[in-house]
Amino acid sequence: MAADAHSPLAQFEIKPLLELHPFGIDATFTNASLIMVVVVALITLFIVAGMNKATIVPGRFQGMVEFFYEFIANLLQENTGSAGRKFFPLVFSLFMFILACNLIGLFGVFTVTSHIIVTFALALLVITIVTAVGFIRHGAHFCSYFVPQGAPMWLMPLMIPLEIISYLIRPISLSVRLFANMVAGHVMLTVIGGFVVGLNGLLIGFGVIPLAAIPLIFALEVLVALLQAYVFAILTCIYLNDAIHLAH
Amino acid sequence: MPQFDPSVFSELLVWLALTFVALYLLMSKFALPKVAAIIDARAERIQGNLAKAEAIQAEAAGVMAAYEKAIADAKAAAQAEIAKAQAQIAADTAKREAEFAQRLGAQTQDAEARIKATKAEAVAQVKAIAADLAGSIAGKLTGAGVDAAAASAAVDQALKERA
Amino acid sequence: MELEAAKMIGAGIAALALGGAGVGLGNLFGNYMQGAFRNPEAQSKLKVNPMLAFALIEATGLFGFVIAMIILFG
Repeated sequence: MAADAHSPLAQFEIKPLLELHPFGIDATFTNASLIMVVVVALITLFIVAGMNKATIVPGRFQGMVEFFYEFIANLLQENTGSAGRKFFPLVFSLFMFILACNLIGLFGVFTVTSHIIVTFALALLVITIVTAVGFIRHGAHFCSYFVPQGAPMWLMPLMIPLEIISYLIRPISLSVRLFANMVAGHVMLTVIGGFVVGLNGLLIGFGVIPLAAIPLIFALEVLVALLQAYVFAILTCIYLNDAIHLAH
Repeated sequence: MPQFDPSVFSELLVWLALTFVALYLLMSKFALPKVAAIIDARAERIQGNLAKAEAIQAEAAGVMAAYEKAIADAKAAAQAEIAKAQAQIAADTAKREAEFAQRLGAQTQDAEARIKATKAEAVAQVKAIAADLAGSIAGKLTGAGVDAAAASAAVDQALKERA
Repeated sequence: MELEAAKMIGAGIAALALGGAGVGLGNLFGNYMQGAFRNPEAQSKLKVNPMLAFALIEATGLFGFVIAMIILFG
């Protein structure tokens, strides 16, 4: 269903920029692709520029880069211990990618993370890696993860399917959480922006009320953009910890 | 909703995969080792500086101990010197006091001897005067001359009786 | 047209999920404030977890929002 130009959903429309069909796969370069490329370039530029003249005593830029580095390093260390160190590039990339997509989206260009398929692919990547880590580290013993400890035997037929379902639902909740937050925020901003025009048409000067609300909602959306990237990263760490230490 | 339109899924997925793999490789092979290197270098530097500071602190403590030892030694030497001087003074004083007491004793004896001699002389003179006086009184009373020797003997006699 | 009307009603009902999220957020921040007032020194230590919980609780309500969007536009 195509939304018309003034619908709050028009901002999620994907516009093809360059048709590409290599090997019969639809790989059209779209505005979403453009933003993803820009995000990767920005993150790399950010770190390279910050680390360009790296000194023992960091400058402002280097301090920012190190802040992100140590933030994710501490997150990983606190949640998974030293065994999770080799997943640091993954968690860092995920966090920076989602954070940059969320924040760029707030500037009204395009929000990659407001597409369920993108967030779902990222969540599926996380869950696949977590499951693979679990099976590689513990082999078939990883299946004991689905058997809750301390539950009475006669409850097992109920508990084990529940555990499996809750495990399988993780990629869905992980992706829908990010997706819904982004969509809701952008729809709310657009709807309230529409109120400015609508209320002004009703009575001149009335549009000031929703106009005053927009900066507040924008600030909330900045918070949400940061929080959702953080939540995605911390949940990745928690899932990794479950798979590595099998403490359930 | 454009998000649920399956026709855009494949292009989004392809580009997501491309960009995310590129980001992952850039981060893991290129960007993050740089950051890690500088953070490790800083940690090492801080560790090194801490160790150096500890060494310097230990050195300072050694110097302090040596200084305190020197002070204690000087104090002990001074105390010994003072004790020696005090003993010297005490000995000197005792010696001088003893000398003084001796001289005082000698002078006293001398004086006593002189007093005794003077007394004896005075007694002898008194005796002579008494004999003289007794002789002259007896002569006046009797009208006859009295032998000076007899008078002296009589006085001696009288003194003896009195004593 | 009846389907359209039913969709609208259904979307409205699905939006009720946000009420639950509101209750949850109220509980969360109320209890956070209570803890912060009782033990003001610990306030800085308690800052991160409420934010995480805020994101998790808000997401629960937004699942309902997604359902509403699917009903309306999906």
